Amino acid sequence: MRPFTFERAKTPADAAAAASRNPGSRFVAGGTNLLDLMKLEIETPTHLIDVNGLGLDKIEPTEDGGVRIGALVRNTDLSADERIRRDYGVLARALVAGATGQLRNMATTAGNLLQRTRCPYFYDTNQPCNKRTPGSGCGAIGGYSRQHAVVGVSDACIATHPSDMAVALRVLDATVETIRPDGATRKIAIAEFHRLPGDKPQIDTVLMSGELITAVTLPKPIGGAQIYRKVRDRASYAFALISVAAIVQRDGTGRVALGGVAHKPWRVEAAEAEMPRGAKAVTARLLADAKPTAENAFKLKLVERALASVLAEAKGAQP
Amino acid sequence: MKFDTPAKTNPIDQLKVVGKPVDRIDGPLKTTGTAKYAYEHHDVAPDTAYGYVIGSAIAKGRITSINLNEAKAAPGVLAIVTADNAGKLGKGELNTAKLLGGPEIQHYHQAIGVVVAETFEQARAAAQLVQVKYERAKGSFDLAAAKDSGIKPKPGFGGPPDTSVGNFAGAFASAPVKFEATYTTPDQSHCMMEPHASIAVWKGDKLTVWTSNQMIAWGVRDMAKTLGIPKENVRFISPYIGGGFGGKLFLRADVLLAALGARAAKRPVKVALQRALMMNNTTHRAATIQRIRLGATKEGKLTAIAHESWSGDLPDGGPETAVSQTRQLYAGANRMTAMRLAVLDLTEANAMRAPGEASGMMALEIAMDEMAEKLGLDPIEFRILNDTQVVPDNPAKPPSSDPQSKAPEEKHNPHPPFSQRQLTECFRTGAKRFGWNKRNPTPGKTRDGHWLIGIGVAAAFRNNLVTKSAARVRLDNRGIVTVETDMTDIGTGSYTIIAQTAAEMMGVPLDKVVVRLGDSSFPVSCGSGGQWGGNNSTAGVYAACMKLREAIAQKAGFNASDATFTDGQVRSGNRTITLAEAAGDKGLVAEDFIEYGDLDKQFQQSTFGAHFVEVGVNAATGETRLRRMLAVCAAGRILNPKMARSQVIGAMTMGAGAALMEGLVVDKRHGFFVNHDLATYEVPVHADIPHLEAIFLDETDPTSSPMKAKGVAELGICGVAAAVANAIYNATGIRVRDYPITLDKLLDKLPEMV
Ligand SMILES: Cc1cc2nc3c(=O)[nH]c(=O)nc-3n(C[C@H](O)[C@H](O)[C@H](O)COP(=O)(O)OP(=O)(O)OC[C@H]3O[C@@H](n4cnc5c(N)ncnc54)[C@H](O)[C@@H]3O)c2cc1C
Ligand code: SF4
Repeated sequence: MRPFTFERAKTPADAAAAASRNPGSRFVAGGTNLLDLMKLEIETPTHLIDVNGLGLDKIEPTEDGGVRIGALVRNTDLSADERIRRDYGVLARALVAGATGQLRNMATTAGNLLQRTRCPYFYDTNQPCNKRTPGSGCGAIGGYSRQHAVVGVSDACIATHPSDMAVALRVLDATVETIRPDGATRKIAIAEFHRLPGDKPQIDTVLMSGELITAVTLPKPIGGAQIYRKVRDRASYAFALISVAAIVQRDGTGRVALGGVAHKPWRVEAAEAEMPRGAKAVTARLLADAKPTAENAFKLKLVERALASVLAEAKGAQP
Repeated sequence: MKFDTPAKTNPIDQLKVVGKPVDRIDGPLKTTGTAKYAYEHHDVAPDTAYGYVIGSAIAKGRITSINLNEAKAAPGVLAIVTADNAGKLGKGELNTAKLLGGPEIQHYHQAIGVVVAETFEQARAAAQLVQVKYERAKGSFDLAAAKDSGIKPKPGFGGPPDTSVGNFAGAFASAPVKFEATYTTPDQSHCMMEPHASIAVWKGDKLTVWTSNQMIAWGVRDMAKTLGIPKENVRFISPYIGGGFGGKLFLRADVLLAALGARAAKRPVKVALQRALMMNNTTHRAATIQRIRLGATKEGKLTAIAHESWSGDLPDGGPETAVSQTRQLYAGANRMTAMRLAVLDLTEANAMRAPGEASGMMALEIAMDEMAEKLGLDPIEFRILNDTQVVPDNPAKPPSSDPQSKAPEEKHNPHPPFSQRQLTECFRTGAKRFGWNKRNPTPGKTRDGHWLIGIGVAAAFRNNLVTKSAARVRLDNRGIVTVETDMTDIGTGSYTIIAQTAAEMMGVPLDKVVVRLGDSSFPVSCGSGGQWGGNNSTAGVYAACMKLREAIAQKAGFNASDATFTDGQVRSGNRTITLAEAAGDKGLVAEDFIEYGDLDKQFQQSTFGAHFVEVGVNAATGETRLRRMLAVCAAGRILNPKMARSQVIGAMTMGAGAALMEGLVVDKRHGFFVNHDLATYEVPVHADIPHLEAIFLDETDPTSSPMKAKGVAELGICGVAAAVANAIYNATGIRVRDYPITLDKLLDKLPEMV
């Protein structure tokens, strides 16, 4: 870990301004991802801005019938919130499928969205990795790639985004709210928030330097059976091989997003038109341009089968 | 005391304390955080500095330059030791690769230096500033590719590389029913909770190391050898150990680098190997490729058995002895086994819990299930049909099975009897308890909602090893009995069973016994490994207590043979005195060891069991979840049922991991284990493990030692993974011969989704 300076910001605008004053700074929320990466010198900020005191830890109703989730709301609190459990069940389920109780007590909404990939080559500083050291090559291509992405990949990087929560936010059409160092705020649709790797895998999201996430908002609840199915090698405390977040209405229409298959939560709205025709048809559209490796090609079939069982469960769950 | 005739009735048979499920005597220390582990002896050296180990970034080649300038100038740095300035170093007898590499690099994450600084954070940060340039050399990293270049290894722990009885080729060719398959097991890492850690303190030319090591005497010897100093100048202290599983049998880089760092910094230094180094720097269980051929009569009598195994290791290393059990487990007149060893430039391969059998049983016990099906026999009945009370294939052993003695070769019996063998009883008892008769023998037919349900079985088998072990026992004027031995407690319960042994022998309650372990200034014990610790260490304490009884009797003017020791008193005829009185102000001390004759050659001492497993396999995704597990064990006298159960259920958990998720992944281009942390090397978590039941058949083995006990801690893992694999087959009809059995290996063959 490199030495760094530390400050505690008082307001969101302060935090963003502090970030622009200190190039090479990072915000720290729960610290469950950032501090690990700093110890390994994969992240080497020179200045940390603690955002825990910004008062962004509330879950409130919005005017249009949705909810606003403060950026600092802990994963545990969010998954336990009554409205979230009742109206956005897929989110509550995705949250509790992630990490462990201890980690969720620390992990925040913004930090979870911004957690970095779990690619093992990214974590080993002796190995080539374009995401960690642009231009050094990709260790996973031609190496151990069982966990890696099958769609939206590039020749530079085949990493996945590891978050469960983000997959549920994608299927719920969430919006990320931010404030920039100049005080300007903006709203970013979750669909636009995470990037594909392309030739710049070092950049995970569309956030600009110093831009602070203040909240994530969810639109008015849309009902339906809300299911989050995470498939993994052990029963708990493991990242998803693949995951399926689905909202299925009584007439068989609905929405689907996938985790563990791409550099971002994966959703193809056009594929959802196939939902009444079943999992095979949906998967064919969702993963149409898949470019798996020999080690992770099984994910295509796994998605189809997991989705089939989710759709069957949804049918059974309809009142 | 020499143990060379079967034990008769002795004070242990009273079973007033021994055999009782008493709690761990070290439990309160551990649960309150006051048992000090290697890294936590803050009191012994308040001015301790911190060492951080640098691991090689390449697997094979040379260091062409190291630039230390920036690192030396970093805040807090006290010293940096590399091969350039470490002085001349030797290599321990039990180390294959050098513990401090450079300029030649033998494997990935081989230690190439240690940075010593005032704080851990400073040492870690400075270590990142060390600039190393390498020249890579081509290495061999792929077992499947290197397999055919494998050579016949030297005879070692697992006996000779090749054995043969009768005429396998002929019998196999003419067998009415034949079966052949190849199985693979992956490299595995011990992944004990406590990393390798040491604090080194020099006083003049004398070195004391607080460390975490299973085999104190081996460690001291190899440390002295590596440093080129007399053994007498090295002391190891290792009272508590946070798990080892074989990963701490040997001297490792933490000890050496703490000592070198301390010498260079002229300060005590502590070093813990960072988690990533556990996989690529220390030892691991080697991957295997195993080919099994079985021939049988139509009725199911095995007539031909062949088991061949290939594994890899660094040059001068050893094989994974995966064929060992096949020489002993099932009858059959014609048989052969063979091990071949290829050179692989991965970190060194060595023992992990039940080396040999753990891997070998993973293959053999699937093969037995497959053959039973081919024969149309129940897998339990098939095994019972081929049970044997004599060893079918007993090659002339290397000098002795005693890992520490150098006894001359004995006359050789090709088919010695087993001292005890209750394999059939284990199966029968387990079948009844588990409800085996409810299992549908046709695979893929039992369902519970989304789950395909299956039940599987496998034998458990592991040999019992006898080896010299010493102890010292003191009696003081308060009647307190203190046992001292360099035996270690790696979480197994050594403290407790040793206390129980001394209490039984001296006729005192447990709370009058103090046990002190893991210090090389104490008499040399068997140490912890190979499931030999429990029986041998307590037998050594038995010997020392016998001597103390004599000393007490003599002091009291009693005849030792008719003195009885009960309730803190010694009695002879109608005279009684308390132990406290007998000890007097000076106290009494006795020291002795147990050593063995050739009973282990006259009788094959082994431990047996049967594993039963019920799994559910998710019909959609192929995820396997365990539903029930049972182990029935026959392993001699159980010295403490509570501790033995803990060992067996822990081993079952480890076996479940081996079956379903554990495996180091080799990057065959760069030559290293990629998943080198606990997030990516998956071991079971609580949610993976169902209710576990472990039961022990009543057994005493008078040939093993005066304790009549044998090992249990490794027996528990042998066969578990195969039982899981067989249950998955029963659930799905899919045979996976390639561990771990992850869902991707099932997916293509699962029933169509409707
Ligand atoms: C062992 C382990 C297992 C895990 N398993 C799972 C799992 O199964 N599923 C899963 O989804 N996750 C898992 N996680 C990841 C966990 O969810 C994340 O570590 C956590 O959500 C990160 O949140 P945090 O608040 O601690 O972020 P931090 O570590 O504090 O920050 C992460 C990043 O976000 C930035 N940041 C934080 N707040 C803001 C803000 N308001 N605006 C802009 N930038 C900000 C930081 O600068 C940093 O770059 C696991 C983590 C661990 C360690
Ligand atoms: S997949 Fe991406 S994160 Fe992984 S090594 Fe390649 S570039 Fe790095």
